[in-house]
Amino acid sequence: MKNGRIITIDNLVKSFPIGGGEFTALNGISLQFDKGEFSGIVGPSGSGKTTLLNILGSLDTPTKGQTNVLGTASTRMSPKVAATLRKKHIGFIFQTYNLMPVYTVFENVEFPLLLLKIPSAERKKAVLEALEWVGLSDKIKSKPPQLSGGESQRVAIARAMVKKPDLVLADEPTANLDAENSHHILKTMEKLNYELRTTFVFATHDDKVIGYLRRIISLEDGKVVSDAYVKK
Amino acid sequence: MLRFYIKGLFRDRSRSLMPILVVAIGVTLVVLMQCWVTGILGDMIVFNARFATGHVKVMSRAYNENIDQQPNDLALMGTEQILLDLENEFPGLEWAERIQFGGLVDAPDENGETRTQGPGGGMAIDLLSPSSKEVDRLNLEKSLVRGRLPQVPEEILLSDEFATKLEVEPGEAVTLITTTMYGAMSITNFTVSGTIKFGAAALDRGGMVADISSIRMVLDMQDATGEILGYLPSGDYDDLQAAAMSAAFNDRHSDPEDEFSPVMLSLREQGTMTMMLDIMDYFKGLIIGIFMIAMSIVLWNSGLLGGLRRYGEMGLRIAIGEEKKHIYRSLIVESVFIGIAGSVVGTAFGLFFAALLTKGIDIGGMMQGSNMMMQAVMKASITPDAYYIGFIPGIFATALGTALAGIGIFKRKTAQLFKELQA
Ligand SMILES: Nc1ncnc2c1ncn2[C@@H]1O[C@H](COP(=O)(O)OP(=O)(O)OP(=O)(O)O)[C@@H](O)[C@H]1O
Ligand SMILES: [Mg+2]
Repeated sequence: MKNGRIITIDNLVKSFPIGGGEFTALNGISLQFDKGEFSGIVGPSGSGKTTLLNILGSLDTPTKGQTNVLGTASTRMSPKVAATLRKKHIGFIFQTYNLMPVYTVFENVEFPLLLLKIPSAERKKAVLEALEWVGLSDKIKSKPPQLSGGESQRVAIARAMVKKPDLVLADEPTANLDAENSHHILKTMEKLNYELRTTFVFATHDDKVIGYLRRIISLEDGKVVSDAYVKK
Repeated sequence: MLRFYIKGLFRDRSRSLMPILVVAIGVTLVVLMQCWVTGILGDMIVFNARFATGHVKVMSRAYNENIDQQPNDLALMGTEQILLDLENEFPGLEWAERIQFGGLVDAPDENGETRTQGPGGGMAIDLLSPSSKEVDRLNLEKSLVRGRLPQVPEEILLSDEFATKLEVEPGEAVTLITTTMYGAMSITNFTVSGTIKFGAAALDRGGMVADISSIRMVLDMQDATGEILGYLPSGDYDDLQAAAMSAAFNDRHSDPEDEFSPVMLSLREQGTMTMMLDIMDYFKGLIIGIFMIAMSIVLWNSGLLGGLRRYGEMGLRIAIGEEKKHIYRSLIVESVFIGIAGSVVGTAFGLFFAALLTKGIDIGGMMQGSNMMMQAVMKASITPDAYYIGFIPGIFATALGTALAGIGIFKRKTAQLFKELQA
C-alpha cells in the first residue's frame, strides 16, 4: 500500500438479484484514494454512485473483487468489524439530512461520540467545536423541525465531522439546497478538508459540487469512464 | 447512552404515549381482576369458614365421606374427650361443635292441625352458653330480620324466606319432624323467636338455626356431634398452618381402618373448597396469560408501525456505526421502560377502581337458586399482590411485542434499511 493511500478498490463487481436474474450495478471498478483527497463520483442517475459509496462505507459488500478501506479488507468484513470501522473512522452525509427529530442539534451531533463512549466533558467540547465549524453555535438547543434545509445539512456535516473521521462519504449533499446554501456547506467542507486533512468522497451530479472537486471520477453504467485531477 | 435513548423515547409521544396507554389499560384490567378475584375468594373463604368448614374441621371418617347427606347416624362420638384433646394439643384455637340437621317443619293452626309445611335444613350451634362466640361468628344479630335471638333451648330461628313461605311470625310455634341419630321418629315443638337473612341463597331458602343442646335431645345425640369446627387464633385462614395441624391430628387420632375415628381436614382439604381455590388460582393465571398475549399482539403491531416510521433512524444509527444487535437491544430496553411506565399508570388506575369496588356489588339477584356458599355482595380486595401483579404482563408484553416487531425490522438487510433511509 502506497503511503497515504486509504482506499483501494480492485476489480469491484456488485450485482443485485432482481426477479429471476440479476442486475449488475457496478462492473469491474478499480480505483485508489489517498488521504486528504476532495474527490467526487459523478454520473447520471442509476450509474451506480450510491452503490459504490455504500460499499466504501461498508454498508454493503462486493459481489466480486475486493476493497480495502482504511486498512480493512472487504474479505474480512464481518458486521461487527464493519460497524466499528464506521463508528471510528467514517462519517456519512446524506441527501436527506436524517437528523433525529426528537433530539436537539447538540444531541444529534453528540450521538456519534456517545457511541464511541467519549467522556461527557470531552464530548461537549467536541460538539461545540463542530457546531462552530458549521456556524451553528447559536442553534444548539433547536430541534431539527425548527431548522432550515441549509441549517439541517450543516448539522449533518457537524455530526459527520465531530469525531474527526478519516473519511467522509457524502451522497448528494446539496440536492435539497439552494445555490447559496450549497456553496456555504461546500466551503465548510472544503475548509474542514484543509484543516483536518479529512478525505472526502462525494457522489453527485450537481454542477455546484463538481466545481469544488479536485478529482472527478465519472461513472456510467457501473463503469469508470474517466478519472481526472482538476488543476486549480 | 441509555439516558439518550430514554430521553428520545419520552420526547416522542407517538412512540411512548400510545404503547404506555395500551399497557396501562391492560394492566388496569389485570389489577382490577386480581383484586376482584381475591376479594371474592377472600370473602368466600371467610364465609365458608364461618358457616361450613371452619379453618379446620373434625368429623368421623364415615361422616366426612357422606357429608352431602348430613349423615348424623355416622356422627362423631365421645366429643367431650375429643374437645379436651383438641384444646390440649392446639392451645389458642377456638372450637365449635355443630350439628347439621334436616326435617319437615310444620306450622299448625289454632287447632293444632297442619296449616303449612315445608322441608328445611338447619344448623345447630351453641347459641346460649355465655362463652360461645357462635352468635358473632355467624353474624346473627345483624342478620335478624324480625323478632330476636333465641334465649331458651326451645326457641328457634327461621330464615326469613322460609318463615314467609310457612306464613309464620315470630312468637308462633312450629313443629320439627325428623329422625334421631338411631333412626327413630322425633317430633319437637319450637317457638320461632325471630327470622334471619344471611345473604347466601343456599342458607336462606329453607334455613333454621337452633341451639345445639336442644337439637342434641331431638336427635338423641348425647356426647355426639356432627362436626367440630376449629378457628385459628389470628382469625384469618392460613393454609400452611391448617394443613400442618390436620396432618398432626390425623397422625395421632385418626385410624384409616376405623370409620368412626375422627379426622381433621383443613379448609382447603374440604370438598368443594379444594376445587374453588384451585379454580381461582387457575383463573388468575389465565387472566394474566390472556392479557399478556393480547397486549403483546397489540404492541407487536404498534411496534411494527413505529418501527416503519423509524427505519430512517435505524438506518442512520447503522451508518453512524451502531451494531444491529445493539440497536435491537436498545429497542428492548426502551420497551421495558414503556412497560414499567404503563404498569405504574395501570396499577394506579387498577387500584383506584378496585378501591371503589371494595364497597361491593350486590349480586343477590343472580344468586337465586344457587347452591354455592357465596355472599350476595361481591367485593374487590386489595392485597399486596395487586401492587406488583400487573407489572408481569405489562413488562413482559412490551418486551415480547418489541422483540417480535424488531425481528421483522431487522430481518431486512442493512443495505435495504439504508436504502429506505435515503428514500
Ligand atoms: N438493492 C437493489 N436491488 C436491485 N437493484 C438495485 C439495488 N440498489 C441499486 N440498484 C440498482 O443499481 C443501479 C445503481 O443504483 P444507484 O443507487 O447506485 O444509482 P445512483 O448512481 O446513485 O443514482 P442516483 O443519481 O439516481 O442516486 C440502479 O439501476 C438501481 O436500480
Ligand atoms: Mg444515488
